[in-house]
Amino acid sequence: MAGQSIFDKLWDRHVVTGTLGQPQLMYVDQHYIHEVTSPQAFQGLKDNGRKVRRPDLTYGTFDHNVPTVDIFDIRDAISKAQMDKLAENVIEFGIDHAAHGSEKQGIVHMIGPETGRTQPGKFIVCGDSHTATHGAFGALAFGIGTSEVEHVFATQTIWQVKPKKLLIRFVGSPSKGVYAKDYILALIAQHGVALGVGYAAEFVGEAVDALSMEERMTICNMSIEFGSKIGIMNPDQTTFDYLKDKACVPKDFEAAVADWKTLVSDKDATYDKVITLDVSDLAPMVTWGTNPSMGVSFDQAFPAIKDMNDERAYAYMGLQPGQKPADIELGYVFIGSCTNARLSDLKLAASFVKGKKIAPNLTAIVVPGSRPVKRAAESLGLDKIFMEAGFEWRDPGCSMCLGMNPDKVPEGVHCASTSNRNFEDRQGFGAKTHLCSPAMAAAAAIHGRFVDVRELVEGM
Amino acid sequence: MGMEKFTVYTGTTVPLMNDNIDTDQILPKQFLKLIDKKGFGKYLMYAWRYSDHLYTENPDFIFNKEEYRKATILITGDNFGAGSSREHAAWALADYGFKVVIAGSFGDIHYNNELNNGMLPIVQPLEVRQKLAQLAPTDEVTVDLFNQQIISPVGTFDFDIDGDWKHKLLNGLDDIGITLQYEDLIAAYEKNRPAYWQE
Repeated sequence: MAGQSIFDKLWDRHVVTGTLGQPQLMYVDQHYIHEVTSPQAFQGLKDNGRKVRRPDLTYGTFDHNVPTVDIFDIRDAISKAQMDKLAENVIEFGIDHAAHGSEKQGIVHMIGPETGRTQPGKFIVCGDSHTATHGAFGALAFGIGTSEVEHVFATQTIWQVKPKKLLIRFVGSPSKGVYAKDYILALIAQHGVALGVGYAAEFVGEAVDALSMEERMTICNMSIEFGSKIGIMNPDQTTFDYLKDKACVPKDFEAAVADWKTLVSDKDATYDKVITLDVSDLAPMVTWGTNPSMGVSFDQAFPAIKDMNDERAYAYMGLQPGQKPADIELGYVFIGSCTNARLSDLKLAASFVKGKKIAPNLTAIVVPGSRPVKRAAESLGLDKIFMEAGFEWRDPGCSMCLGMNPDKVPEGVHCASTSNRNFEDRQGFGAKTHLCSPAMAAAAAIHGRFVDVRELVEGM
Repeated sequence: MGMEKFTVYTGTTVPLMNDNIDTDQILPKQFLKLIDKKGFGKYLMYAWRYSDHLYTENPDFIFNKEEYRKATILITGDNFGAGSSREHAAWALADYGFKVVIAGSFGDIHYNNELNNGMLPIVQPLEVRQKLAQLAPTDEVTVDLFNQQIISPVGTFDFDIDGDWKHKLLNGLDDIGITLQYEDLIAAYEKNRPAYWQE
């Protein structure tokens, strides 16, 4: 019998009932919720007189609507109503949560790992497509719709057909100035946004093993951007070291680790599709278009128009084939989001900013992903480095990643962004997003356009 | 509360053949703040459908052409509903009046969201979708879930759907109601979770 992958093992462990190949009833170990995708689910429970089966396995936060200049100054009445509704619902249904304004608050995909709720072996869902972030810990994690949120509330389970298996190997070692964000943007640029539709992706290879937990989360976070709702990595000593002091890990941590060590892919595990990418060959990446696969490396020209999708993207972005990233005139820089707003991201960005000033006529904001990250960054003096350079130093939230709150890129303006989606209108109506690493975004803020961070890191 | 049944449905089509139409396009974030499931149809494809913020229709967008206004079957490209998990996108499609979406493939999360709202997402190869995209706006197409067939003036095409989903749609069953019948199995599973999680 062929060996099993980590995904096979976690899948098998969570089947309550059902036959492989058909929808199977899967048990959910951890359910994260936020204010946007939960209200209709709570209402459904109320309409049917149902309860949340396991409030103890559910955890909530406020992130999408949160204003980041002053989190209490919620001027949009509809945003406020949505946040109030969650505050009401978590009390009514007895669900633990990071209250608005509390020291624990942050983006849902930040606070799960920070509190240690995200652990190897768990089956984790959330009404948010970036839930694959938690897969970096060796958890089986994915985003769900609101009907599914209601189902998990009522039953602590979810019906799912087991996806096929995609193995992605990151081999080699990167040049200085090339980061985890570049690995995932390069993968998507090479293989497209539909590479993983119908598949659960597993990331392996020496280039993954060498990454910190925070870098691993950046990669798993963007699995959905190539179509895989699940992205998973094998837990190792890096994982256990990250978790060991966290608040919500098992009291018998040794017993847990002993079990988690068995939840890794067997050497002879089989896959439906295998892709290898040598990170030694990569350069810093920048997207030019309106989906994450429309990206090039720093010194590469934007490609020729090959279909109606490219044509539309160029028209929206106001760019031409043959131009290069350095030709884009930037008006905004956004450092934040569940992809790249962790302490290591902010430290990296600050290293390109220290002692310098941002370009004139440019707006640059740093939005830490959570209150604990903000506090830790301030204790290192990062806030001062950013503010002295002309950046705004904000309160935590989803912010300008999706423009559901007051933080938006103005119409027609190009923004270097450490977030995950460059879709039309995503960061604001008519906003032109260019995805990149925190290093590229920070350096771009200083120069007003993209520069090659490989040259800058030489002297650092 | 069950969902609406889907058995045999007849309607007209509208083609929108772009690939990778993401859920941000289908229903933009400024409309995610609403806390019920109704009324999202007006905001469907907002940026493409309107030429300003006063809901002035963009006459070039195909949904706004008089002959396509009654279309309830969408013919589209690959990877429809990519990106965000927002079920609001499915609510908007359903509220606008779509019952069937025929695409090359679907974003995995969005696919389930359509089904959970009594819509039928159907995967068809490009050749078939190109034929369907040539239909006149008045041509009727019948989607027969029981026999898993699309019956149209340009041909009859078979489609696949998981048997359990088919059963739920045909009978308009409430997913949660079904699952609650497995209470004993769920409780038994819970007792066997690893001891280190049971403290």
